[in-house]
Amino acid sequence: MDQLLQTIKDGISMGSLYALIALGYTMVYGILKFINFAHSDVVVLGAWLSLVMADTTTRALGGAGAAGAPWWLGGAVLVTAMVACGLIGFTIERLAYKPLRGSPRLNVLITAIGVSLFLQNTGQLRAVFGTNPRSIPPLIHDATLLTVGQVNFKLLDLIGFGTAVALMIGLDYLVFHTKLGRAMRAVSHNRVTASLMGIPVDRVISFTFVTGAMLAAAGGFLWALKYETIKQPADSSWVLLGLKAFVAAVVGGIGNVRGAMLGGMAIGLLENFGSAYLSSSMKDVYVFALLIVVLLVRPGGILGKAVVEKV
Amino acid sequence: MVWPLAAALVYALVVHFGGRTVLDPYYAILLVTIGINITLAVSLNMVNGFTGQFSMGHAGFLAVGGYACGIVTYYGSAKVFGSTAMRQGQLCGMPLETAGLPFLGGGEWFFLLALLVGGLVAAGLGYIVGLPSLRLRGDYLAIVTLGFGEIVRVVIQQSGKVIKAGGGKSAEQLIRDAPLYTLPGSVGGSLGFDNLPKYTSLFWAHLAAAATVLVAYRLKSSTYGRAFLSIREDEVAAEAMGVNTTKFKVRAFVLAAFFAGVAGGLYGSTLGVALSPVDAGFQKSFDIIIMVVLGGLGSISGAVVAAVVVTLLPEWLRGVAEYRMIIYALTLILLMIFRPQGLLGVREAWEMPLLRKWMGGKRGGT
Repeated sequence: MDQLLQTIKDGISMGSLYALIALGYTMVYGILKFINFAHSDVVVLGAWLSLVMADTTTRALGGAGAAGAPWWLGGAVLVTAMVACGLIGFTIERLAYKPLRGSPRLNVLITAIGVSLFLQNTGQLRAVFGTNPRSIPPLIHDATLLTVGQVNFKLLDLIGFGTAVALMIGLDYLVFHTKLGRAMRAVSHNRVTASLMGIPVDRVISFTFVTGAMLAAAGGFLWALKYETIKQPADSSWVLLGLKAFVAAVVGGIGNVRGAMLGGMAIGLLENFGSAYLSSSMKDVYVFALLIVVLLVRPGGILGKAVVEKV
Repeated sequence: MVWPLAAALVYALVVHFGGRTVLDPYYAILLVTIGINITLAVSLNMVNGFTGQFSMGHAGFLAVGGYACGIVTYYGSAKVFGSTAMRQGQLCGMPLETAGLPFLGGGEWFFLLALLVGGLVAAGLGYIVGLPSLRLRGDYLAIVTLGFGEIVRVVIQQSGKVIKAGGGKSAEQLIRDAPLYTLPGSVGGSLGFDNLPKYTSLFWAHLAAAATVLVAYRLKSSTYGRAFLSIREDEVAAEAMGVNTTKFKVRAFVLAAFFAGVAGGLYGSTLGVALSPVDAGFQKSFDIIIMVVLGGLGSISGAVVAAVVVTLLPEWLRGVAEYRMIIYALTLILLMIFRPQGLLGVREAWEMPLLRKWMGGKRGGT
């Protein structure tokens, strides 16, 4: 019983992270129809920026750790990281992807790989983040809120989950209840028609990238909060994280914002149930097995619609 | 097909004996690496260039081939010959002293067999992976193959320890006592399969490279190969013309996986290389993709040139090793913006306008 509860808790907490990251993939795919390989590197950037900021601020405050950190510090770090990553997302889109607007999808894919490699290896430079894992100083004084059986529900769990859910609700509102969101959906539906209707397509695309990058930064921040130790930027665990988030987007139905949230939760739960009840060393294999099953059985994903290719 | 094969054999022999007398060991190993990388780049080009499918898991096949080949040369050797040591020969390994070694009488046939096993295992896996995933559209395939490489890495990491000499017993005794079915699982886990006999020589590396180039060239210029090219140009039109696109995609995949497996066998048996799960990971796959994209997707000579350049570049960039990958990444981005077709595009070096003018204005088709 305890194990079941623990697994569900871990699955949901992990799933909300996957969902946040998956949203960036799904929005970009919905509009530009390509996999933004560099998205996971923006997550890494968010995590590392949070670390650097947390490190410098706590040191400036006298290095007292969580006890000395004011309550708003975590929020400030999160917002700064999101803004910085949003700017970087904007720059990437303008410099690398915009010149390729009309070219074949393969070229855009290769460019995305290039951007991903660039971000990874720039981050690895000694002058930037370096090649060693580092730990983030605690930003929030953790406390146990509730104990059921032997399962502890901690403040950090609640904050992580709450932030993720709040951001997702915000995004959902943005996409479905604002004028900008309507423009995004229109561009994703048909770019040419949208531009004929007077929608500034390039600006909407830029905005989509910025939103995706900000969510990725939030994902990175929450990851850092959850795991404390952050691996070096080119570590393969980051690529796996990005891949799993992408799988979440595909499972939910790529291009579908609510689907990405659902897919993220599904992936998080699957992974944790698999490692709790089957074998933890094969954790990464379950997710890809699910991907293959979904692609074979229901290629559009859970909430996606089957698209008929017209010739 | 007999004459080109003979030419490939002669080429490999010339490189082998010529290289061994002229080059010192460091450059000889660099030349071996060039041969292996040509094999990898040209084979990936069959999928990514000819057929227009974007595979990102080529290193997965490389690793599978390398491990399968290593199991044969290490455990197989212990079972068959009663020794895990390398069987010396004129064409095996990189010995400094070759006087008195047998020509074609030593480990040559055994290594050839091991390479073929590596290639076939990789090809079999290519079939299993390719069948479901090649029904998918381009970018999904990229993700599935990337995931495949990572899965190979994770699975290899779970394997058991290599059976080595210890506890007063020799490796051969321990291998003889171990049940046969446990041997393929004892490949070192995350520590790597590092004590393989180092059979790879200039001859084998360049024979594989020449054979891959030969097959790729015949493929590109045959009616059979045009089915691959037609899928790249327009999948729907190809299907309308009666090409079974899924079948041909799987065939390209299997063929490429075979050569990648052979290259993996060569790689794992190279002096100074310790085969490890990292070799299956995405970083290695990206290295190969960079070669293919740089040379031009679909161009065999382009892939060869790019493989040579990408192998030599780190040697020149040794002083700025930290920036190597950044330079590659920027090259990729700028290439896609300013010259998306790569160095040569889908054409071959001898079809370029400049060269054609020299050769008397003969027109070549693509």
